Amino acid sequence: MSDFIQTAPSRTLDKAVQDHFIAAEAPFSTIVRKGQTLRIEDSYGQQAIDTLFYNAGDYSERYSNQDTMREQGAAYITAGTRIISNEGRVMLTMTADSCGRHDTSAGACSCESNTVRFGHGTKYLHACRDNFVLEVSKHGMGKRDVVPNINFFMNVPIEPSGEMTIVDGISAPGDYVELKAEMDVLLVISNCPQINNPCNGFDPTPIRVLVWDGEA
Amino acid sequence: MQHLRRSPEEIAANRARYEDHQRKGLEFAPKALPAPSPLPAPPIDPALVLHRETLPGGWYWSTRVKTGETLRIAQEQGFSAISLIAWNAAETSERLNLVDTVKVQWTTALSKGRVIFSDMGRVMFSVTEDSSGAHDCLMGGSTAASNEAKYGQGLRNSRDNFILLATKAGLDRRDIPAALTLFAPIRVDADGKFAWKPELLHDGDYIHLRAEMDMIVGFSNCPHPLDPNPHYAPKPVTVTRIAAQPIAEDDLCRTATAEAVRGFENNAFANL
Repeated sequence: MSDFIQTAPSRTLDKAVQDHFIAAEAPFSTIVRKGQTLRIEDSYGQQAIDTLFYNAGDYSERYSNQDTMREQGAAYITAGTRIISNEGRVMLTMTADSCGRHDTSAGACSCESNTVRFGHGTKYLHACRDNFVLEVSKHGMGKRDVVPNINFFMNVPIEPSGEMTIVDGISAPGDYVELKAEMDVLLVISNCPQINNPCNGFDPTPIRVLVWDGEA
Repeated sequence: MQHLRRSPEEIAANRARYEDHQRKGLEFAPKALPAPSPLPAPPIDPALVLHRETLPGGWYWSTRVKTGETLRIAQEQGFSAISLIAWNAAETSERLNLVDTVKVQWTTALSKGRVIFSDMGRVMFSVTEDSSGAHDCLMGGSTAASNEAKYGQGLRNSRDNFILLATKAGLDRRDIPAALTLFAPIRVDADGKFAWKPELLHDGDYIHLRAEMDMIVGFSNCPHPLDPNPHYAPKPVTVTRIAAQPIAEDDLCRTATAEAVRGFENNAFANL
């Protein structure tokens, strides 16, 4: 676990308007208002943080991995990436990234896909899509609203041949991403419980989520 | 915050299991998968043709398809990329899931011998023939904004086409999954940038998708956002629905990889 890293003069712990620790394997959601800055911190390092965003005023508008990839012409997420909705609008802009590599092509683990990927013996393991369904159900949504997500700090290289695999994350304890909200968004996280691949070093760990008001 | 870590032995055991599994996944497929299907496309026995639809450039179409039937999607009148989405006809919350499709098969390059998964760990389609191996699982189709930036206003786009066809099937914009675009030769370079690889395409390309469950399938015939042609010029695309035929015990798509075998076990269980 790392110490708090200050990225701007005003971005101190006492000025954060939200400060959440999210246990290993747990789901989480909160509202981030337009103009606020969200930090997602990989507190112990090498933890995949599966993340979805919904327009807080209209959940039918939500994160779209294809629109985000198309708009930036690249498969990975990093500083400068605009997070695009299924309506083609900018939801958030990624303003800081101490890690440099985040996936949005490989989606979330599920009990069902784990049976295909790792064998039927892995069916009864905690999985991200179950976390997502439980969390979005608190907001009146269901499985059909769980769309392809961002995996912050997950390393999924795609080769020119198309070959893709999940390899060890490169994030160190305390690595963070910061995103400025361009609209009011519902943030939904599954702090990935996957122990069958190296997305979290086979050892899911807690993370931290902070929110600051915009600078005047 | 208190956190109990897993033991080093437990982590090492899981890592060893994954590395073994990864080796098999990455090494097995190139050995098992066949060459692209031959061109020109062989004729279809007219007795097996259930329906043939020609989608004009810019337009959409959706159809029901039953388990075992095959859709031939063919470029009989020139080049056009065409985007596809699908739902389980009996339970539309189950739908095309490209992130699982690429992840569980260790590749973003769909080609003959591969399968296409739903979000419930079941196989929706088998790719039983494919002459190009050049399809886009990542970027999706066009939108009003992507068209306007490239061609100007007022041209049909895949996002709006999918809203139209979903709504006519009684579904909602929330139900539109990420789309597979056929005949879009997209590859990713070392930095993650997308490139259009025209050398992967041929005149008269076609693909056969065999339905592995009863589905509603939607198509949008619009240019891919990375199509280098500066003019909006989608050609008509022919979709032929072919009657179900017996499936051999050693069917390529059902046996090509351990992942496909397990996916079909999930299909079989759902059909009991």
